[in-house]
Amino acid sequence: MTRLVITGLGATTPIGGDVPTLWENALAGTPGAKTLEHEWVEKYELPVTFAAEVAVEPSEVLARPETRRMDRSTQLGMVAARQAWADAGLEETEVDGERLAVSFATGIGGVWTLLDGWDTLREKGPRRVMPMTVPMLMPNGAAGAISLELGAKAGARTAVSACASGVESLDLAIELLRSGEADVVMAGGTEGAIHPFTLAAFSSMQALSKRNDDPAAASRPYDVDRDGFVMGEGAGALVIETEEHAKARGARIYAELAGSGVTSDAHHITAPDPDALGATRALRKALEAAGAAPEDVTHVNAHATSTPVGDKPEFGAMKAAFGDHLENVCVSATKSQTGHLLGAAGAVESVLTVKALQERKAPVTINLDNQDPEMPLNVVTGTPRELSSGDQMAVCNSFGFGGHNAVAAFRTY
Amino acid sequence: MADKNEILAGLAEIVNEETGLETEEVQLDKSFTEDLDIDSISMMTIVVNAEEKFDVKIPDEEVKNLSTVGDAVDFIANAQG
Repeated sequence: MTRLVITGLGATTPIGGDVPTLWENALAGTPGAKTLEHEWVEKYELPVTFAAEVAVEPSEVLARPETRRMDRSTQLGMVAARQAWADAGLEETEVDGERLAVSFATGIGGVWTLLDGWDTLREKGPRRVMPMTVPMLMPNGAAGAISLELGAKAGARTAVSACASGVESLDLAIELLRSGEADVVMAGGTEGAIHPFTLAAFSSMQALSKRNDDPAAASRPYDVDRDGFVMGEGAGALVIETEEHAKARGARIYAELAGSGVTSDAHHITAPDPDALGATRALRKALEAAGAAPEDVTHVNAHATSTPVGDKPEFGAMKAAFGDHLENVCVSATKSQTGHLLGAAGAVESVLTVKALQERKAPVTINLDNQDPEMPLNVVTGTPRELSSGDQMAVCNSFGFGGHNAVAAFRTY
Repeated sequence: MADKNEILAGLAEIVNEETGLETEEVQLDKSFTEDLDIDSISMMTIVVNAEEKFDVKIPDEEVKNLSTVGDAVDFIANAQG
């Protein structure tokens, strides 16, 4: 089977506007959540007054006409994709556009554009609704814009599976590469949805932490006092190539993308299946696709959003898939630092998983003061955990409303 | 009411915001499509912003007649009457 490798990484996140800064902060343990300073927090009397906004505003990186023609979600995706493209050394390489694809996911899409346009319609009438509104609000906006930027003509796909979207983008990338449709895929996920409306909506379903007095301590996966997730924003991007293509151009290889598994619960529209059967199958499928045994896995970047009901089924899935080996698996719950980047979460966490394998260090989980005894996981806290030498495997889990389960498996290269 | 120089300056700002072109490049004899490389969707964005800025109506069927910056300046000046 064709081996697939990761040759470029990009990210813009609440704890770093690029991969080196993200990685440094992820090892140090850096809370990304802060009290929001927008006038709309008070204006709408939002029950949640904090979130994890990106450390570097996209307007600081992009040209002004670009920011005007792209929704915030596409702006963030473009920033990450450009970083990954440059990091892969592809700026100086001739890539056949018909062999280059994009797989860029989002959970929500251009929600700022959609709601701004609605406000404009109501206040000023239909003539003032901007002509770029549709291409800016559509969820495939980022994939389209990135394909245009890179000249990618082998398809521009968009996985939309809520918080599983980021990892599902890798699953689509694998399909594009293994089917022979493409040699190179720009994969990733983006989300720019910290808006009073989304905060109100997620809050209404009791999904968000209400720890307004201490945002830095709000995202606390596996802790007994966890009370919800912290809304985040950002984007992650990974350049994935066939090993043959990467070697032919002498590319630096971070890790192997060994396999993926995608399943659906068909249990409840938002609640995870308490028996975690779908998540377990996704984990097993990913390992099977990777040709790996559960015992080969030494590190998991967990979905672990810090909701009271969500963390436990993921533990159940890992217990079912890894059995007694689970105690040897070091688990990082990096949403404790970044917050929950929704459709970008799995992409940014895949970037972190790849870095963990490359640097042989698992990043830390913060705010785990009293680990929930019902989830006896080997969680990395305090200082980063060294991974052993030799071949190592790591997986990245992502689950989303709608019953989506997506798992990607990576191997040291 | 604005004179044609003020309309040109205002239009140049709108074009700059939309496309990033320097305002000095937006001159009366320049064609929106040929010289300034403005696509139809950008043109409509410029029209919508110009309507707001100059408080005029530029009907959709009129937009195709505005091939140069000068055409647009004249139209806006006349519309303001």
